[in-house]
Amino acid sequence: MSFVELRNVYKSYGDGAAKVDALRGIELSVEPGGFVAVMGPSGSGKSTLLMIAGSLEEPTEGDVRIDGLRLSGLSRNQKARLRRRTIGYVFQDFNLLAGLTAVENVCLPLELDGIAARKARAIGMAALEELGLADRSNRYPDQLSGGERQRVAIARAVVGERRLLLADEPSGALDSVNGEAVMRMILSACKTGVAAVVVTHDAHLASWADRVVFLRDGRVVDQTNPPPSPESILQPSTGPNEPSL
Amino acid sequence: MSVKHAILALLSTGPKYGLQLKQEFESTTGDVWPLNVGQVYTTLQRLERDGLVESDDPGSDSAHNSFVITTSGQEELSRWLNTPPDLVAPPRDELVMKVLCALKVPGIDVNDIIQTHRRHLVELMQQWTRLKEDEADFDIGFALVVDAELFRLDSVARWLDAAEARLHRTPIKPQAGDRAPVLRRRLVRRK
Ligand SMILES: Nc1ncnc2c1ncn2[C@@H]1O[C@H](COP(=O)(O)OP(=O)(O)OP(=O)(O)O)[C@@H](O)[C@H]1O
Ligand SMILES: [Mg+2]
Repeated sequence: MSFVELRNVYKSYGDGAAKVDALRGIELSVEPGGFVAVMGPSGSGKSTLLMIAGSLEEPTEGDVRIDGLRLSGLSRNQKARLRRRTIGYVFQDFNLLAGLTAVENVCLPLELDGIAARKARAIGMAALEELGLADRSNRYPDQLSGGERQRVAIARAVVGERRLLLADEPSGALDSVNGEAVMRMILSACKTGVAAVVVTHDAHLASWADRVVFLRDGRVVDQTNPPPSPESILQPSTGPNEPSL
Repeated sequence: MSVKHAILALLSTGPKYGLQLKQEFESTTGDVWPLNVGQVYTTLQRLERDGLVESDDPGSDSAHNSFVITTSGQEELSRWLNTPPDLVAPPRDELVMKVLCALKVPGIDVNDIIQTHRRHLVELMQQWTRLKEDEADFDIGFALVVDAELFRLDSVARWLDAAEARLHRTPIKPQAGDRAPVLRRRLVRRK
């Protein structure tokens, strides 16, 4: 069964002449362990889709289910709990808490879940280490570079028992090595059963996902087919790769 | 790609047999570029003729000979490593041609053509990335070759994005006859 499911989702902002149809009939579902990348031109509705999938915005029309629960049937408190317990977010403005160090930011959701401080810290440190930030763990957000803050936000979204990971341009400020570290981290979360939806305009990063969905004008216009076995690109028949004298 | 220079590079660490060179070439490039052994021998013969390598038994069957790089071979290798490759784009890139032609064909939406090729590129990139996921930690040569392929495909995908955005800003005039005057009008306005 899908972990997150959008059915015929519409979203409009404003009305009258100022009305914007950000999403027009989105169908999208992600299985547990599924890793979906969303690509599309600026303004095509990618961030809106992510906000709705994460219950941060209400659709104008259509249904959203997370873990089998219809969001429209949940109370505010139930939604708040779902967001805190189940979903890890990485958004364009990283939302780190200024008064906490990097590792404290990462541990916060764990401690809110009732994990003992020492254990939470060890988990947080391991996540930072994986993203090459071990020696930045005790710095405050304003002492970190943009790309470092971004990686802290990713570590925070991935730790703990999150089951849905939503990331909007998670590698915007990162060079290719760090971008790859982030995608590997998301991928290894998916291998443990986490469902992930990652918005990116970077094909290089999208290629880590097992499915890439293309948005245009608020609609899903295309998606990649499951890739055949990787070995097929290594056959000598792939002309351009053949050596020549 | 230069097999000739790759062979000189492999010989720069010591004398080697043809079959050995074939195997080392393939493992250096992460087994992405298969090389047939006949090609290795032909290349060695030419290198020998040009004085860039020497065999331990000149004139006999190259399959049994071991080869060493000469001083001028080393000079040639160093010259090649420092020479920029030919980065001039092919005069008629096929994908560019397809997009330009799609603009002209009635009943074809150029955006759909762009999306078809974009999807194909991303699918190829997914395959390359899968390989890196499994093997990058083990073989640096392989990871470098896969990265090179990914960046090449990525640059094509970016061109498609740029093309789509440009077409979006500049609506297409259906008749080819319209174009020249439009262009001239623009040139005039700029003055
Ligand atoms: N709060 C809002 N009020 C009005 N319009 C909005 C609002 N949020 C988004 N929009 C509009 O909805 C459309 C989709 O926006 P969205 O942020 O989802 O695009 P996007 O694909 O994420 O773009 P980008 O790649 O630039 O981040 C845009 O036309 C945008 O202007
Ligand atoms: Mg956005």
